[in-house]
Amino acid sequence: MSAASTTQSQRENWDGEAHGLAHPVDGKLDTRHGAILYLDDVTVSFDGFRALNKLTLDIGVGELRCIIGPNGAGKTTMMDVITGKTRPDSGSVFFGQTIDLTRHTEPEIAQLGIGRKFQKPTVFEAMSVHDNLALALAGNKSVWASLRSRLTGAQRDRIGELLATIRLTDQHQRQAGLLSHGQKQWLEIGMLLAQEPQLLLLDEPVAGMTDAETEKTAELLLTLKGQHSLMVVEHDMDFVGSIAQKVTVLAEGSVLAEGSLAQVQADERVIEVYLGR
Amino acid sequence: MSQPYSLKLAAAAGPRATTLGVGLLLGLLLLLPLGHVAFAEGHALHVSAYTLTLTGKILCYAIVALAMDLVWGYTGLLSLGHGLFFALGGYGMGMYLMRQIGRDGNYQSDLPDFMVFLDWKELPWFWQGSEHFAWALLVIVLVPGLLALVFGWLAFRSRIKGVYFSIMTQALTFAAMLLFFRNETGFGGNNGFTDFKRILGFGIAEPATRAVLFAATVLLLALALWGARWLVLSKFGRILTAIRDAESRLMFCGYNPLYYKLAIWVLSAVLCALAGALYVPQVGIINPSEMSPGNSIEIAIWVALGGRGTLIGPVLGAAIVNGAKSWFTVAFPEYWLFFLGFLFIAATLLLPNGVLGLLRKKGDR
Repeated sequence: MSAASTTQSQRENWDGEAHGLAHPVDGKLDTRHGAILYLDDVTVSFDGFRALNKLTLDIGVGELRCIIGPNGAGKTTMMDVITGKTRPDSGSVFFGQTIDLTRHTEPEIAQLGIGRKFQKPTVFEAMSVHDNLALALAGNKSVWASLRSRLTGAQRDRIGELLATIRLTDQHQRQAGLLSHGQKQWLEIGMLLAQEPQLLLLDEPVAGMTDAETEKTAELLLTLKGQHSLMVVEHDMDFVGSIAQKVTVLAEGSVLAEGSLAQVQADERVIEVYLGR
Repeated sequence: MSQPYSLKLAAAAGPRATTLGVGLLLGLLLLLPLGHVAFAEGHALHVSAYTLTLTGKILCYAIVALAMDLVWGYTGLLSLGHGLFFALGGYGMGMYLMRQIGRDGNYQSDLPDFMVFLDWKELPWFWQGSEHFAWALLVIVLVPGLLALVFGWLAFRSRIKGVYFSIMTQALTFAAMLLFFRNETGFGGNNGFTDFKRILGFGIAEPATRAVLFAATVLLLALALWGARWLVLSKFGRILTAIRDAESRLMFCGYNPLYYKLAIWVLSAVLCALAGALYVPQVGIINPSEMSPGNSIEIAIWVALGGRGTLIGPVLGAAIVNGAKSWFTVAFPEYWLFFLGFLFIAATLLLPNGVLGLLRKKGDR
């Protein structure tokens, strides 16, 4: 696809963009302004409790951003808003320049190119590792397609690559429920990658992993940076230090500080929310 | 393996030996109607009408259990209202059978007896066309199918799950039962339909008619088993188990569970209705008690006892419970319900994978 034709079709699509229903042009997301995700003034309340309070945040294309913050800061709620699980009371959430995520359902958002890993590793436990990945592969996900679906050679190769990436090649026939905690985390990351997302949201990807597994996960995430944009919520500061360029600190539903890990760790207000007054 | 649900178990129901065994068993069942027709009463090889009817009835229940297992065992949606779809299929067939009576009823009228009794002068609009067999087939498939579609659409779109879904299905069948109990509803009130004379012009109590109905039931069960096996081994089937085990993960993989649930829910309802349509001419009666909540709960017991998430399990469960029932209700009529309750508790506590799980464990040793 030439750059010229992309620009052309983007221009043609200009009218539709304001509705927020436009799909990525030619399968490409419009990220002309360098950001893949914008949250602007997002507020979410549950029974009067403001889980997110005028949260404004953006993630750049190919960036690996770490989000930290004390419990109840709104990290998981923010992911819920981005992935369509929770609708914000006010504010806007845009994927690229044109896609208003508040107008889409969870499966649509996943198809648009946002993958999410849950805090608790969630895989299809009754299925083999291979079948988990096969189910997650990008493609037509309608009922009709599922009845006629056969894996193509290219898809088999892709599963093979993914298995190698997540270091589960020799376990591919094993039932996913029998994997160790760390392996399940990896399998879930592999399932995200199988979707070929542009943005990955990872909620505590190294929780419950051994030091060696954590280190390997850090390596994996660093290789993904650049091809994908990543947002990682994590409590493990050593892990954050090993991967992050830029860290955002959330507290009480809004951004408290942003910068390198060293910068935010030196910030008085950050120390205050973490240590208490 | 400690996994209570396992696709492996489903896959294990597929190996050639099991398929062959099931095929052979279904083939042997076809000897029953042969024995009923070919040998006269009193002959050693004669199969009585009672045995044939009882077995045919149990086979219908087995189809219902299989349909229930597709939504409960595989997809994790516990329906406590599947008896409704079975009964609606039965009523669809019953309407046709009532019209086939013609003027041979007690009142020698063109109208079914209960309408004469209510002093109705003409057929209500929804009885129009019921004299045609093809129309009856359409009603049998479309009415329960559409009801399941509308109910499922509303429930699944609102993301009603778990026990709330079960309670709603239970309420649905209860409401339908109350509706059908009323004489004004136009389906014979609490007496329902009975005293059938003919089907497609053939006498309904004729040995040959009984034999054909029985054979049709065996055929439907075989087709249902074969189709269900193909379905659960396809990608569609894997998505159903994914809905059961981790629905939110599946949504974030880009699948919309709504359409998958709706597809299997409607398919299951239609399968129940077809079983109901074969049940009524064999048993000779359909009334609203088929829609009672207890009946639907019993279907869940068959599946739980036989083994959820397997194909053979629910068929076995239906056969065991109903076999026991036909003996028990004769020997100790008062205690049947206690026995059924005990069976369910015992199955839940001792056989988490049902009878099939037990058989498999024995086989592994």
